[in-house]
Amino acid sequence: MLERTQALASLLDDTDDRLIVTGLGNATYDVAFITEHHPRVFTMDGVMGAATSIGLGLALARPEREVLVITGDGEVLMNVGALSTIAVQNPNNLRIIVLDNGHYGLTGDQMTATGSVTDLAATAGGLGIKRTMTVRSQADIPAARELILTPGDTAFILVRIAQGPGAKVVLNRDGTRLRDTFRDYVMGRGHAPE
Amino acid sequence: MSIREATTARTWQDDVYRLLREAGITQFAYVPDAGHRAFIDAAHADPDVHAIPLSTEEEGVGVIAGAYLGGEQAVLLMQSSGVGNTINFLSLIQHCRIPFLTLVSMRGDFGEQNPWQFPMGQAVEPVLQAMGVLTLRADSPAEAVQTVEAALSMVNRSGRAVAVLLTQRLLGVKKF
Repeated sequence: MLERTQALASLLDDTDDRLIVTGLGNATYDVAFITEHHPRVFTMDGVMGAATSIGLGLALARPEREVLVITGDGEVLMNVGALSTIAVQNPNNLRIIVLDNGHYGLTGDQMTATGSVTDLAATAGGLGIKRTMTVRSQADIPAARELILTPGDTAFILVRIAQGPGAKVVLNRDGTRLRDTFRDYVMGRGHAPE
Repeated sequence: MSIREATTARTWQDDVYRLLREAGITQFAYVPDAGHRAFIDAAHADPDVHAIPLSTEEEGVGVIAGAYLGGEQAVLLMQSSGVGNTINFLSLIQHCRIPFLTLVSMRGDFGEQNPWQFPMGQAVEPVLQAMGVLTLRADSPAEAVQTVEAALSMVNRSGRAVAVLLTQRLLGVKKF
């Protein structure tokens, strides 16, 4: 089984220009750690189920930028229908990476549906996401990196990982500061006020 | 009025759509409702916007936030029953102070004939207000245009979250 933070770090090699939206859960901590709290990352620490929809609005707004949504199995299950909404739009600059350990890691390791019966990559494909894959071991990482880096239809990458804690970092939880930092990065400092 | 004039006559929906477009809205996220049909059709026919059918209304809150983070503006079109689905997602709007506009077609209010519609219809304003969303009602075509114009100022110039409620006085009472 892949270790979460290490697996994600190897997937994110060469993606330094990507905009990232993370979903509530350990994924947020891992990405904040790996990217050293880079302003191109919008780290959600609330509103479970929103990451994919935020990624959709962002990807449609900025077609010239590549957008990654990085989240967990529980967070995606909360609003799994959002994948069908994304599939209809099929933005070619959106990649969804789901770290799947089959458990709700922050609430006491209760099992999610993916821990027993649900296959989220098959779900994403069934909902219409054109490119999907499952990463089960280090051997699958190069193909996943290829999928992340190759332009084309929206892609969904399920990364099966071992249970275990996310990275230990202190998050910026100030919503307006997060918003402004991210927008300034996307639009350039000194963009016209609203 | 001749048939030709009738089919080309400007409606309040045309005026509202134009206001939304002139304000820079480029993403129309919606859960279908008859009360929004003209906007939905206009968005799908407009090559310069993304018309985004949602599987549930809260996705539209996320889309609005994502669009704003990317420097664009979106609007959420939904029926009053869908307001209940958005509540926790409105935390994102309030916590990050993201300008937010939704047009809500009302049920469970003036003259409603389906009793299933009342619980959520009557809860729309209190729950939106509890989540920091200002509510403005529009009861007539003229009011709809004025109210959307006012809401756009409140959203874009003051950065507020605003819901315009298109009431059953405006839209008519459905027979189902």
